[in-house]
Amino acid sequence: MRGRITGISGPTVSVDMKGLKLYELVHVGNAMLTGEVVKLEEKRAIVQVYEDTRGLGPDEPVQGTGMPMTVKLGPGLLSGMFDGLQRPLYKLKDLSGPFIRPAQDVSALDPAGQWVFHPLRKKGDEVGRNEMIGYVEENHFQHFIACPHNSGGRLSWIADGNIRIDEPVGRLEDGSGIAVYHEWSVRVPRPYIRKFSPYEPLVTGQRAIDFLFTIAKGGTAIMPGGFGTGKTILEQSIAKFADVDIVVYAGCGERGNEMAEMIEEFEHLKDPWTGSSLMERTLLVINTSNMPVAAREASIYTAITMAEYYRDMGYHVLLLADSISRWAEALREISSSLEEMPGEEGYPTYLASRLSSFAERAGVVETYSGKIGSLSMVLSVSPPGGDFTEPVTQSCLRTTGTFLMLDTSLAHRRHFPAINWFQSYSLYRAELSGYYRENVSQKWEEVQMSCRDLLQKEEALREVVEIVGLEGIQDPDRLLLHAAEMIRTQFLNQNAYTDDAFSSLDKTLASIERILDFYKHAAERLKQGAAIDEILSGISF
Amino acid sequence: MRLSEHRYKTITSIAGPLLFVQGIFSARIGEVVKILTPDERQLEGEVLEIREDTILIEVFAETRGLDIERSSIVLTDTLRTASLSPDITGRIFNGSFVPIDGLPMFIPEKKMPISGFAINPTARARPEEFIETGISVIDGLNTLVKGQKLPVFSCSGLPSKEVVAAILKNSRTMNAGTDPSGNRTKRESDGFIIVFSALGLTFRDYSYYMHILKEMGSRFVAFINMADEPAMERLLAPRFALTVAEYLAFDKGMDVLVIITDMTNYCDALREVSTAREELPGRRGYPGFMYSDLASLYERAGRIRGLNGSVTMLPVVTMPEDDITHPIPDLTGYITEGQIVLSRELHQKGIFPPVDVLPSLSRLMQRGIGEGHTRSDHRKVSNHLYKYYAKGRDLRRLEAIIGREGMSEKDRIMLDFTDAFEREFVHQGMTRRTVPETLDAGLNLLKRFSL
Ligand SMILES: Nc1ncnc2c1ncn2[C@@H]1O[C@H](COP(=O)(O)OP(=O)(O)O)[C@@H](O)[C@H]1O
Ligand SMILES: [Mg+2]
Repeated sequence: MRGRITGISGPTVSVDMKGLKLYELVHVGNAMLTGEVVKLEEKRAIVQVYEDTRGLGPDEPVQGTGMPMTVKLGPGLLSGMFDGLQRPLYKLKDLSGPFIRPAQDVSALDPAGQWVFHPLRKKGDEVGRNEMIGYVEENHFQHFIACPHNSGGRLSWIADGNIRIDEPVGRLEDGSGIAVYHEWSVRVPRPYIRKFSPYEPLVTGQRAIDFLFTIAKGGTAIMPGGFGTGKTILEQSIAKFADVDIVVYAGCGERGNEMAEMIEEFEHLKDPWTGSSLMERTLLVINTSNMPVAAREASIYTAITMAEYYRDMGYHVLLLADSISRWAEALREISSSLEEMPGEEGYPTYLASRLSSFAERAGVVETYSGKIGSLSMVLSVSPPGGDFTEPVTQSCLRTTGTFLMLDTSLAHRRHFPAINWFQSYSLYRAELSGYYRENVSQKWEEVQMSCRDLLQKEEALREVVEIVGLEGIQDPDRLLLHAAEMIRTQFLNQNAYTDDAFSSLDKTLASIERILDFYKHAAERLKQGAAIDEILSGISF
Repeated sequence: MRLSEHRYKTITSIAGPLLFVQGIFSARIGEVVKILTPDERQLEGEVLEIREDTILIEVFAETRGLDIERSSIVLTDTLRTASLSPDITGRIFNGSFVPIDGLPMFIPEKKMPISGFAINPTARARPEEFIETGISVIDGLNTLVKGQKLPVFSCSGLPSKEVVAAILKNSRTMNAGTDPSGNRTKRESDGFIIVFSALGLTFRDYSYYMHILKEMGSRFVAFINMADEPAMERLLAPRFALTVAEYLAFDKGMDVLVIITDMTNYCDALREVSTAREELPGRRGYPGFMYSDLASLYERAGRIRGLNGSVTMLPVVTMPEDDITHPIPDLTGYITEGQIVLSRELHQKGIFPPVDVLPSLSRLMQRGIGEGHTRSDHRKVSNHLYKYYAKGRDLRRLEAIIGREGMSEKDRIMLDFTDAFEREFVHQGMTRRTVPETLDAGLNLLKRFSL
């Protein structure tokens, strides 16, 4: 099916063509730029082009593909780095050098890739839709290969040993093949049998999170904060240390140098849970702020679809996106070029519903292969001017389970992670308290209460000190201030550039208990008449 | 290719910097357009939008004097490029890349589109070699590294011009090498050059900068757009500058520092186009696409694996109403790797450069300092100075409430340190300090106050 370009405005192209479907993938212009149909009118279609439209002119051809925008799902994705349209960035570099040129069509999966297939079923077995029939070893993971989602039946043949990515690994009696890889529309969530509510924490190694504002496996967390409040460092720390199987990191509309740094670091670091190279469990989707804006909108869908694919194999997958605000802004740019009626701050009125249906793709699920897998999300939010009342933060707040508010004033004092301990919250606290009690310590909640209590009291006292000075308050209060300061500087503060960057749950608990014990004993001694200065001089910072 | 040059006389409307022309079937987005005025002046523009046979042209010149009846346009069949040659060094151009130093245009070795191409993130090398600016608060506490973009946030009335001048005069990069007796050393590199892009310069500032450029020999390239020159040129000049910078860096292996002043004028030009297109304005009237647009400039800073040179960027942003949450500094801060913040209070105290250390930050500093880069004690000195100064600033607030008498001896020492830090470390006038001099100054201060 062919048509021609009749208008171009930024990344939006109108085409005089009938018969296209909404969200169909099209090739635009002589250069065959990738685009997606975003609006259909009586006589024309509006296409969102995912690449730079400079040089494009009217009358150039447009070609439909009959397919929606998809990603390729199969072995070889792990350790990969892709752009928003799932083009492998390393291969793009080999093809066109250090600068990205438009219209390079490269497959996400290595077409010459060879794998060793281990069958789990045998000839004559009955297999159902989405059922795993075998696996290949991808890095140190078993990468399961399943029956297509729309067919099942009796196996007439199944491979064993060396296979190629472009040849089937099995055949059903009706003659249809079972392929090593398949394509999946990024806009369609992958199905599962049922969803559970989260019951296990996602350990991040960050004391402030694990102890005070826990994130759940299968849960969602957002971290809004102005620039320089440590969103990226925190996202990357979690990517390094989280106790999950697979990490999908979407660098969405942020800095190139940051990504370069992350890539270099991850290539050298080890996964603290398995000891293998960190890159082996990681998959990156990168659309830096100077890459095409429209592809930014698609990039998080590309990322989440790949994340769901590994979830379906029964893995715990974590999707991190830095920053979801850039995605929302891309949505706004697209919406405005479509001349849609804008909502608050120019964002389309469907911003909140898009965000919540995206967040709904998180969860702990029973997959079609009968396994339990989870997809968790940690999204950073970049509110303009650090103002949390803006639409993206507010829309995210409505769907998220953990809210980590990053505080500019803490960041200015170089308190990192700059998680405000009064404003932040975790809705998973009650659900997961049982887990912490049984797996870490019976005292977990009790210690948590004491910690919160101290911080609360400190806040009240600070206001007094602001007026009368430190000399003007009672000794027990000075001690309390001191203990709270210890909590802030030695416990909540966690430098990402040192060995302290990761803290296990046991270490986290020991660390807070040490401070609380000190406080208890010191208060005791104070009561027995010891001088405050003596008590405080006995400890060092 | 078009065979003959056709003059279209079908302009249907003119709005600010925008022209609508009808009856054109073969324009391309971004195509350069020549506009011929009734008095035979020739202006330049670019195709911004195409709707059926109507095209929208953005004019990079003053549109006053254009009319609908007699003006005409010619499509050139080219995208905007920058001419490039090693002979460009030491030259001064206007915002449209026309020489203004009285010399003829050089003969280009090649031409590159000025919008540039995004660096493939996997091709980037991470920034880790410092650039010495000669300014203690920058080199010591907020080190600039090659490939970084580090803006200066200023307020109206603050001496950002003098800060830029100091950097123009004093910055240099070091190369690893050996001294005559065979020891490993760092020596000043001769592959360092500054590309200077001034937007909306007043005549007074122009004379000031010219004076400084004159002393720099051929270690610069300048693009100067004056305050009375077309505002739309301010959208072009930084792109010419960056295209030249990329060429010198990645084709010629040089370390290029791009200084752009003032980005606030750039953003105002951007807003003008957006308003003329009757786009829905975003925060404070600035367009919703300003983040992406600014990123298309700032993200051109970087290093590339396997190549020698680097593009480092130091844009100056004057914060309207001294407000750091204003969209211009805000979006800049979201894209750049830190910020150097100037303070009115320090300026009033006569401190130069009046950099407020607390909100200032160089995010890429950690990799560029210490053993093998600057000096092994750099990190320690810098952390200590920051910590005590921050503490002292907190104490100043307390002092304002309860008075110096009500404070402990220890706190009073800290207050004295804070004053001394500002007067002796931050303040340096127009003198240049090497990194060792900077670190020694810091160490001496700490020693003097037994910290
Ligand atoms: N956990 C941390 N430990 C030490 N420094 C940190 C930490 N988090 C942030 N920082 C400091 O703050 C700077 C900004 O952090 P970043 O994550 O880039 O902020 P954002 O993404 O919110 O703009 C970093 O360059 C670093 O200097
Ligand atoms: Mg960030």
